[in-house]
This record gives sequence, structure tokens and C-alpha cells, in this order.
Amino acid sequence: MIKVENLVKRYGSVTASNHLNCHFEKGKITVILGGSGSGKSTLLRQVTALEKPDSGSIYFDGIDITTLSKKKIYEIRKKMGMLFQGSALFNYLNIFENIAFPLREHTKIANNVIKTIVTMKLEMVGLRGTEDLMPSQLSGGMMKRVGLARAIVMDPKIIFYDEPTSGLDPISTGVIDKLIKDLNRALNITSVVVSHDIESCFRIADNIIILFYGDIIAKGTVEEIRNSKDLRVRQFINGEPEGPIPFTRTDKNYLDELLFD
Amino acid sequence: MSIEITASLGRTTLNRLQVFGRSGIFLFVSIFQAFLPPFRISRLIKEIEFIGSKSFLIVFVTALFTGMVLGIQGYYSLSQFGAEAALGVMVSLSIIRELGPVLCALMVTGRAGSAITAQIGIMKITDQFPALEMMAIDPLKYVISPKIIAGILSLPLLTAFFDLVGIAGGYLVGVKLLGVNEGAYLGKLVTAITFTDIYGGILKSLCFGLLITWISSFMGFTAEPTTEGVSKATTDAVVLTSLSILIVDYILTSLLL
Repeated sequence: MIKVENLVKRYGSVTASNHLNCHFEKGKITVILGGSGSGKSTLLRQVTALEKPDSGSIYFDGIDITTLSKKKIYEIRKKMGMLFQGSALFNYLNIFENIAFPLREHTKIANNVIKTIVTMKLEMVGLRGTEDLMPSQLSGGMMKRVGLARAIVMDPKIIFYDEPTSGLDPISTGVIDKLIKDLNRALNITSVVVSHDIESCFRIADNIIILFYGDIIAKGTVEEIRNSKDLRVRQFINGEPEGPIPFTRTDKNYLDELLFD
Repeated sequence: MSIEITASLGRTTLNRLQVFGRSGIFLFVSIFQAFLPPFRISRLIKEIEFIGSKSFLIVFVTALFTGMVLGIQGYYSLSQFGAEAALGVMVSLSIIRELGPVLCALMVTGRAGSAITAQIGIMKITDQFPALEMMAIDPLKYVISPKIIAGILSLPLLTAFFDLVGIAGGYLVGVKLLGVNEGAYLGKLVTAITFTDIYGGILKSLCFGLLITWISSFMGFTAEPTTEGVSKATTDAVVLTSLSILIVDYILTSLLL
């Protein structure tokens, strides 16, 4: 589905993606694991063409998206869905209009059909009956589920999840995990999940990629990662404070990238 | 030491120039995009409602009291020379040429400009721009273009309304309260105001409409994505817009005269 080849991205002296090679298989759930500043969000932003890499290629169904024009990228994005960390719902629209938004913008579907589609998507995430509420009236977990309903409303081939369970209580986390899995199995949607939640990762993943300061230090199935002998991998999945991964703080903000890159 | 000062001066200047250049590209792209399909008329109407029609009350009150004050002050000054009959011309020329466009723009800056910056800043904090991108919708075209076009369309209309109410305010005080001859106030008004006066005022308001929405949108769009960042951007936007209005007003006045 998506193949990443020799991807490089630097911010000043920091290398966020250091010659990365990986593959997001069709119909599988791939989880990208890593701590803060490991470059997992940067990888996601490049794969979704929100940011251009310094060098390297990203193939989406065989097409290199790093060389495409904005118009072509928009065409490809219609096959992508994304659940943002903070849900990114439009705060001036109610739940129904938030989910209907991509349909209204990109299709000429009649209103009653839009209503049917939105109701079906809301049923899938278990939130039928919230159509008239505003996003601010929902809890964090419910907002994520609405965000997910919006991400799948155009029936994408691939969904990206940016830290879908961070900041959620255990039950909400379980609900989101189950939804990710169900969507993947039922609709055969390829899924890419960026996360640092190890437990949730082991529950949902088919494949795991672990990033560490811009390098991929491990990739494989859940079993392979669980049985890895790499000390960095062991430290990360066991959450040990002492080990080869130093306890440092590399916190760089991402300004400016929206407009002028 | 002096090298350091020169270097930092150069750096600051370069940074400022860069920001200025970016804001120029931002404006150009936003306006250019407005003329490309798909056209979202409902978005434009919503923005005109927000920037224009919701400013009516504040513009009405400002205009009424400005006209009334001008009526009193003008009467006081003119009566020293026994020229009270010229009150109508004085009030209307001041308002149409100068006070109408400028005060109207300053009021809209305070009411709508700050709200635009805050709204865009919050959209940025909550990742709504990348969300639009991921839904294959150009954020500049969807969010910014309608605001700028709405500003350019709304301000001249608001200014015309301001002019009307302001002149009526002067009439109320001058004619009804202080006893200036009604025929003198209204009659001279028709003969003394030329098309150039009105045209100049409207041209100013067009420019101010652009300035308000441009600066407020840009400040919101480039705000640091934190609560403090957005509140700072909002303050900066109001200050910068107000100053720009006064400076551009001087430039336009000197060019038009």
C-alpha cells in the first residue's frame, strides 16, 4: 500500500527521519512506536504529504507522492482518512455537520442520503443520537470517535491514527482499540497507528515499527518485537527508566509548516 | 561589540522582511484562490454577516455620537466667525472624507478583527488546518479567502452607513438643538460635497477592509499554537491593524488631495 524508501528529514541539526525504509502492508494494522521526539509524528506527516521530505520517496499504490503537485495530492488524500490527536473537529459545526463535511465538499450526494451515511458512521462508532451536539459538549473519548466517524465517511482505503489513545481512560482506550481493529477487519482498511501506548499497540498491531531518534531500530510482527533481544527495544516495551535510551528531553515545536514549506 | 550590534540589527531586519514577504504571499494566494472554483458562496455570506452586518449597531452608535460631537464643536468654532451656516458642510466633509472610513475601520478592527485572529489561532491549536488538508480542502481558500473578500465588500457599505448616521447626528445637534437654519445645513451640503469626496472615502474604506482582514488572518495563521501565543497574536493584530489604518489613511489622503 505505502512504501517508504530512504526517507530523510532534518530540522536544523536534528535528524527526524534518518534514511528510513518501511512498508505499510495492505489490509494490515501497522503501529509506529516511539518516545517523544523519536520522529514518529514527522514520519506520519511525510507519509500523508503534510510535509515534504528532504530526500527519499514515498510510494502510495506505486505513485511517488513526494513529487506530486498539490492538486494530485488532494486527489490521493480523498482515499486517506486521518484521526488527529486532538480530534480536530470543527468547533463551529455540530457533530452531524462535522461528519457530513467531506461529503458536502467533495460530492453532490443528496441531503437525505448524506443523513443515512452519517447515521451509519455514527452507529459504527456507537454515538448515534449525538448529531445535534457541539464538539465542546463531548468528552475526549467521544470526540475521538466522532473524529473517526469523519475519517471514514468517504470510505478511505487507508486510515492514519495520530496517538488515538493518548489521554484517554482505560475503557475509552479499549473502545478505540476495538474500533481500529473492527474497521480494519470489517472494511479491510489499511491502518497506520502512531502511538507510544505499548499495551494498546500489542492488542491491535499486525506489524510494529519502533523509531528511536529518527532511526528504525526494530520492525516486525508483535511476536518478533516481544521476543526482541535489542536492549533499546526491551527498555522501550518494558518502560524501564534505566537503559541505553537516555532520559533526555528533545522537545521541538512544529511551527510554520502549514504555509511555507 | 559593534559587529554584534550590527549583526543583530541585520538579523532583526531580515526577520521582519521575511514576515512581511510571507504576509504578502499569504494575501496574494488567498485572493487568487478566491477566484478559482469551487466557489463557496455560503461561506462568503457567513463572513459578511460576521464582519459586516453584526457591526451595524456599534457603527451606528459611533457614527451618531461622532456626528453630534462634531455638531457641537463645529458650531462653537464657526459661531466665532458668524459662520454657523457652514456647519452642515463642515460636519459632512469631515465625516465623508476622514472620520467615516477611519472610525468605522477602527471599530470593526476591535469587534471583528480580534475575533478573526482568535478564531484562526484556535483552529491552528486544535489541528483544524491539517485536518482540512487531509480532507483535500485548501485551508487558505476555505478559511481565509472568504474573510478577506468579505472585509473588502463590507467596509465600504458600513462606511456609507456611518456617513449617513454621522451627518444625521450633526443635524440633530446643529439644527434641532442649537438652532442652525435647516435650509443652510442641508442645502449647502448638497452643493459643497463633490463626487471626489465620496469616492475618496469609499476608496479608503476598501483599503481598510483589506487591511483588517489581511492582518488579523495572518496574525492568527502565524500565531504560536499555544494559549499565550493566540492571546498575544490577538493583541498584536488589533494594535498593528489600528496603526496601519492610521498610517495608510495619511498616505491615501495625501495622494488623493
